[in-house]
Amino acid sequence: MKEITKETYLKWYKDMLFWRKFEDKLAAVYIQQKVRGFLHLYNGQEAVLAGALHAMDLTKDKMITAYRNHVQPIGMGVDPKRVMAELYGKETGTSHGMGGSMHIFSKEHRFYGGHGIVGGQIPLGAGIAFADKYKGSDAVTLTCFGDGAARQGSLHETFNMAMLWKLPVVFVVENNGYAMGTSVKRTANHEDIWKLGLGYDMPSKPVDGMNPVKVAEAMYEAIEHARKDGPYFLEVKTYRYRGHSMSDAQSYRTKDEVAEYKKIDPITQVLDVIKKENYATDDEIKAINKEVKDKVDECEKFAEESPYPNKQLLYDVVYEQEDYPFLKHRL
Amino acid sequence: MRTIQFREAICEAMSEEMRRDESIFLMGEEVAEYNGAYKASKGMLDEFGPKRVIDTPIAELGFAGIAIGSAMNGNRPIVEYMTFNFSLVGIDQIINNAAKIRQMSGGQFNCPIVFRGPTASAGQLGATHSQAFENWYANTPGLKVIVPSTPYDAKGLLKAAIRDDDPVIFMESEQMYGDKGEVPEGEYVLPIGVAEIKREGTDVTIVSFGKIIKEAFKAAEILEKENISVEIVDLRTVRPMDHDTILKSVKKTNRLVILEEAWPFASVASEITYQVQEQAFDFLDAPIQRITTADTPAAYSPVLLEEWLPNANDVVKAVKSVMYVK
Repeated sequence: MKEITKETYLKWYKDMLFWRKFEDKLAAVYIQQKVRGFLHLYNGQEAVLAGALHAMDLTKDKMITAYRNHVQPIGMGVDPKRVMAELYGKETGTSHGMGGSMHIFSKEHRFYGGHGIVGGQIPLGAGIAFADKYKGSDAVTLTCFGDGAARQGSLHETFNMAMLWKLPVVFVVENNGYAMGTSVKRTANHEDIWKLGLGYDMPSKPVDGMNPVKVAEAMYEAIEHARKDGPYFLEVKTYRYRGHSMSDAQSYRTKDEVAEYKKIDPITQVLDVIKKENYATDDEIKAINKEVKDKVDECEKFAEESPYPNKQLLYDVVYEQEDYPFLKHRL
Repeated sequence: MRTIQFREAICEAMSEEMRRDESIFLMGEEVAEYNGAYKASKGMLDEFGPKRVIDTPIAELGFAGIAIGSAMNGNRPIVEYMTFNFSLVGIDQIINNAAKIRQMSGGQFNCPIVFRGPTASAGQLGATHSQAFENWYANTPGLKVIVPSTPYDAKGLLKAAIRDDDPVIFMESEQMYGDKGEVPEGEYVLPIGVAEIKREGTDVTIVSFGKIIKEAFKAAEILEKENISVEIVDLRTVRPMDHDTILKSVKKTNRLVILEEAWPFASVASEITYQVQEQAFDFLDAPIQRITTADTPAAYSPVLLEEWLPNANDVVKAVKSVMYVK
């Protein structure tokens, strides 16, 4: 694995803070009704992405995830302005305003979505890996999903075939404790989701998902295993600070529980190391904070000022066929 | 011209395309070592090997999703369902992923994939094995739906489906795999979305598709003896639908009967009826009649199945009703 250096910590701090502030901005503009639909935010889970990106080979490895998906494509290289614009429903968005919050995609940066049906992306992730193996590429696909999706049949069918065919895929369950309002405890007879892999003889283990170093080390082992020998399953134990979506009153948990997790906040953990190791002065940290804020403001401005898509676009990308004869729906 | 079976036409179409394009593979239950549940992939494992002719466990949702994911990353999969009755286990992947990926990603990812297998009833198989979901799939933007009725059409249209860059549902019939028909040596591809007038006539138009169209041909023979001239339009593709061919025929005969092996509610027949009343209202000399299965699940008993399934007598009766003759 690439060494974890001063630069890594500074990059992690800047990236994770940016993801956090980007999501906070979305929450703010959502309340202003500039962003609509459902909005699922990543706050608290940033170490999972930071660690994964450190371990991936970003020249070829791929990622697919569920609907909590705004910051992963940014991490993989997508311009955050285009992600913000997508949430505004604008022409400059990653899908020109046709995907929305739950459906961010970037073929260029090998981010395969952005999927709104719980667990529906699990077989897709294995399929992406299937195609890489078929082509003789040694790329690995990170297939991410939540603890709720771990209860879908799609997981079990996919685990079975992925092992049968030794596909180069790492399955990552980001266990943030709750499937919407239902705790992991209330969805199964045991709470160790990683053990689900053992029934398929898949190397499987739990990871501390609040610490990017621990995530990176586990991810690297999993990814390199997948590259040569097939599937690996990681249960990354993490936590989301915000509700499932914006309409969530969070009656299923206590404020004390959230406060406990904030004590081991991934960004704070990274900042503590930076301070302890003197990787940056207070002024340098302030400069990063300002840079992050400015970048988020820039995204908002870009999204605000971008035009809405032309109505004809509705008919332009449903089919590859250019002259598909849609039925008319009004006079 | 040489005569081959429907199953051989399917096998030839897949094999020819797989020889041409390395990115195509066939995946499904019993497609490889068993040579296909209905022998539609006979010999393909021997020719293409296990990398490209792939037996799956019984996991219709899982392998549909894996095939779709592979299509997003450069493959052109053919997925065989042993019957489309089993596709319901995997229909989430078809409707929510295959049909949507292109639009949701703003055109970045496409999904060139074919889901094929038998549809509709096939004898006394009971309720779960006797269903036709052509209208379910055809209701979904993003998909194309093809239902051939002859070996010639099956081969040319399956090749077109495999070459198409959009997801295609390709529906066959257990009761057609043994049907023989003329299929030329050498390559041909038929266009998707083009119906064919399979029998010319002047008095009544019958629109149908798939296996059940045979009942229309039987009825036409009976009616000819009574000097009623029937024109038969074989839709071949349900989505997109060739309205022009239907309308042209209806404007000629001024009478329309639609024969479909599916439940009546919101059927393909209903859609055709809407289109014709809107675009050819003044040409109709009688209300459009449709013949479908009974509005019930299929039943096992031969007597009940006969009551459920449309037949040539039903067609004769419907034609006579739109002709106002007894």
